[in-house]
Amino acid sequence: MLVIENLHANVGDKPILKGLSLRVNAGEVHAIMGPNGAGKSTLAHVLAGREGYVVTQGTATFEGKDLLDLEPHERAAAGLFLGFQYPVEIPGVSNLLFLRTALNAQRRLRGEAEISGVDFMKKVRAESAVLALDMDMLKRGVNVGFSGGEKKRNEAFQLGILEPKLALLDETDSGLDIDALRIVSEGINRFRRPDRAVLLITHYQRLLDHVRPDYVHVLSGGRIVETGGADLALRLEAQGYEGIAA
Amino acid sequence: MTALPTRKTEAWRYADLRAVEALWPPPPARLISVREGGAHEEVVRVRDGGIHDFRVELAANSTLRLVILVQSAGYARVAVEAHLHEGAHLDLGGILLGDGDATQEIVTDVRHDKPGASSNQRVRLVLDERATGTYLGRIAVARDAQKSDAEQSARALVLKRTATANLKPELEIFADDVKCAHGCTVGELDKAARFYLQSRGLSRAEADALLTRAFVADALTGLEDSAAREALEAETVAWLEQRS
Repeated sequence: MLVIENLHANVGDKPILKGLSLRVNAGEVHAIMGPNGAGKSTLAHVLAGREGYVVTQGTATFEGKDLLDLEPHERAAAGLFLGFQYPVEIPGVSNLLFLRTALNAQRRLRGEAEISGVDFMKKVRAESAVLALDMDMLKRGVNVGFSGGEKKRNEAFQLGILEPKLALLDETDSGLDIDALRIVSEGINRFRRPDRAVLLITHYQRLLDHVRPDYVHVLSGGRIVETGGADLALRLEAQGYEGIAA
Repeated sequence: MTALPTRKTEAWRYADLRAVEALWPPPPARLISVREGGAHEEVVRVRDGGIHDFRVELAANSTLRLVILVQSAGYARVAVEAHLHEGAHLDLGGILLGDGDATQEIVTDVRHDKPGASSNQRVRLVLDERATGTYLGRIAVARDAQKSDAEQSARALVLKRTATANLKPELEIFADDVKCAHGCTVGELDKAARFYLQSRGLSRAEADALLTRAFVADALTGLEDSAAREALEAETVAWLEQRS
């Protein structure tokens, strides 16, 4: 589904990714762990197409399409979803208006019909119940007045509504208390299907107790330096990044 | 005023004086008066430019909700001189949508002549290309106008750095028991918000249109007539869309 080969990328003039390769197949859950400054968030932003993140070498394809050649919204329509580490507050645009606009923009780009109001609200009710977001919150401005945990639950909610093929979740677990972590994990587990994949970017093993990864990668110095199964996360927790990435 | 204004006249400092000269003398001010205890809603749309003067007289305990939407190519000026009597309330929303070489101005002079009156002004400027948008907002509280409550918020969104925004609040307060709040900001579209919307599937133009629509929305919140509000929203959206 996602194939990254020898990816080099700069933020401004500073090289951050230095030859990163990764292959994610449908049905798999991958976790990328690594110390601060290893390039984890840069990888997420490069894949989503953020301005200011410049690829200098290498390739990234998504279902055979050259991902790097697409605009950010085209990547979304192709089925890529980025869950933000710091979801943005947008006053004056309600969560529901925003999501419906986004969903229909994606559908139009894919040549599909727009979703009806009734069907949209049906989805909204089902997903918001799982993530414990009430309707009053969803009528407010996007993330406005939301706590850190509510913002992350809102990311998982959007994931459920937009139904992408690949969920790229950037530190979705940071800032969550135990209950919120369980709720968000439930959202991610509900998303899992044989035709979908998840790429979790995280600092901690904690999230991986709830969402079992098939592969764990260690990102350090802009490259994947180690790959293993779920047990690698436990070893990292015990030995630290220095023990593994050195 | 019959003499042609010059740059030295504060209220005309940012005007397009060549255009003013061609329009001089302006038509007499239109009177909007609300009787004691009454309420009125008025929408002023300016599409063809020109100088539009209004004199607002609000009798005791009356309310006026006024929305001004300016969207014109050349020079357009809307000036409002409002007199508030005891317990009167003025809610004024203003939107300037400027592109090309447009020069647009909203000039308000809100006079709390008697005690206990309140005013709330929210003006939003969206400026693109080489447009110039100006808001001069004067609030005058008379000597015995205690318990006056005046709020003023002016925000400009500059879509291109070649556009110009001038925002000037001016408060003249001669009473001592009053509340007067004012704020001005000039900024560009929030890049982080734009990317967030793009990452969810909106094109850059769609994201900018949605953010800009949210930016001007505050100016319309005073309108109780929802059909009028929706029409103004639609007009704003149409302006945003024809530009992308």
